[in-house]
Amino acid sequence: MTAVQKRILINKLALGFSTFSAVIALGFLFWILGVLMMKGIDALNWNIFIYEGSPPGYEDSGLKHALIGQLILVGLATLIGVPLGIMAGTYLSEYGKNSKLAHTIRDISDIMMSAPSIVIGAFVYAIIVMPMGHFSAWAGAIALAIIMIPIILRTTDDMLQLVPGTLREAAFALGAPKYKVIIDVVYRGAKAGILTGVLLGVARVAGETAPLLFTSFNDNFFTTDLNAAMPSLTVTMFNYAISPYDDWQQLGWAAAFILSMFILGLNIVGRLILLAGKRK
Amino acid sequence: MIDKIFLNMTRTSALLILFIVAWIFVVLFNESTEAMQAFGLDFITKDEWAPNLDKFGAYAAIFGSVASTFLAMLLAIPIAIGVAIFLSEIAHDKIKGFFGVSVELLAAIPSVIYGMWGLFFFVPILRDIFGGMGIGLLAAGIVLAIMILPFMAAVTRDAMNTTPDILKESAYALGGTQWDVIKDVIIPYAKAGIIGSLILALGRAIGETMAVTFVMGNVHHTPNSIMDPTTSIPVTLANEFTEADSSLYFSSLFGLALTLLIMSFVVIAIAKFYFLRKVRKA
Repeated sequence: MTAVQKRILINKLALGFSTFSAVIALGFLFWILGVLMMKGIDALNWNIFIYEGSPPGYEDSGLKHALIGQLILVGLATLIGVPLGIMAGTYLSEYGKNSKLAHTIRDISDIMMSAPSIVIGAFVYAIIVMPMGHFSAWAGAIALAIIMIPIILRTTDDMLQLVPGTLREAAFALGAPKYKVIIDVVYRGAKAGILTGVLLGVARVAGETAPLLFTSFNDNFFTTDLNAAMPSLTVTMFNYAISPYDDWQQLGWAAAFILSMFILGLNIVGRLILLAGKRK
Repeated sequence: MIDKIFLNMTRTSALLILFIVAWIFVVLFNESTEAMQAFGLDFITKDEWAPNLDKFGAYAAIFGSVASTFLAMLLAIPIAIGVAIFLSEIAHDKIKGFFGVSVELLAAIPSVIYGMWGLFFFVPILRDIFGGMGIGLLAAGIVLAIMILPFMAAVTRDAMNTTPDILKESAYALGGTQWDVIKDVIIPYAKAGIIGSLILALGRAIGETMAVTFVMGNVHHTPNSIMDPTTSIPVTLANEFTEADSSLYFSSLFGLALTLLIMSFVVIAIAKFYFLRKVRKA
């Protein structure tokens, strides 16, 4: 075999391996997605949105408690995490810039983004659940917010830096104070990017189970009391899936389906906003 | 005046993240001192975990975390790189767009769903092939590998896509095959990004809880084979945190949380501060 033939053969083998691994990977992933769709749609019906949890075997059991609880938890976490994250990102991009402090904060938040979320749960348990003596929605929301802040901080930082410096200089030249320049010029220029960052941050946090296990815990009934344990789709899904009851497992798949659609929706909307912003 | 208030507000928020990280370490350290004093180094070297006897050795959990992550990386790295090459170099533009977006969306699926799929659909298959329970180290490694694949492949592909077309075209002009270009131009050029994404995925896999909780078994026993049920740090925390009934038990669980946090911090920090910077300089 000549050197050229050998190279062509190796080329074919290597490309064949790549294509093969792509087929395997996508095969597994579409298998999971397929299972989620089949099981989820199968288990979906109106009762799920009307009824609360009930003992296994009852006809009228649903996920209303977990759906509302999930919205409350994620909503609270967003209210806490988004302003803090955006403000911290603003500091990095507009004031800190290339200072040592700014770089340290960027590095630490990069690490925090990949930090184990169950450890955040343990931390919040120690500082909130133990002193209060009981699980609470607040504890769950704070745990989610701590996970959300670094994500929003980094995207805000990146997006604000994309706003051209000449725009800022033009505003300064008109005599605007710095805070006005940031709010009226820089924020406006980076609006689409920040919004996308927020949506992706919310989507990321909405799928978290581990930090909720021992902060907001779980509850089988509808509640809006922020000082009590609060059900969430993720923890409910976990508890139902490991239970031996068929109808609970069904509800678990329904919860998985609803949550995935919500998260995929947020991701798609976030991407579309970014695309629309780029086109302008 | 308002300028100062605005500056202080943003600075306080930025400093808050440093404060929270420091606070997490302090709290976990404080909470785990009781266990540290009671067991000392035995805590990480012994694998006897007996809440009824107030004996806590975390070796099995630490071993399970490291072993399942190692297994997952072993399985996921070649496939993720293959997928990234396929997406950036082989696939036609239409397929590229479709598969590219679906890989990214799959990365957003909550990990608890990977765990549910693993328990109900994948474990039975393992059970049929290897016998035994199906639940164990191998199942955890495979589910973990599948879970981090989309993330790993997406970032690796992004890194490969940064290679300028001119570089690739010059290599083709010299008579290189597609594989020559990938191996001698794209991979060397994108090395920093590729290694970065692999290590980031590793950091995520170590701390992943929900994908493995379903399929690992939660048995405090160092496994003799990859089919044995075992446990990992996050699995132990998820299963036992709400059941702990003595302060020593709690303290040991906080000790586990601290160990896990340090492990993942070290992995990610090595990647960021040592490895990636060195590669970038070269």
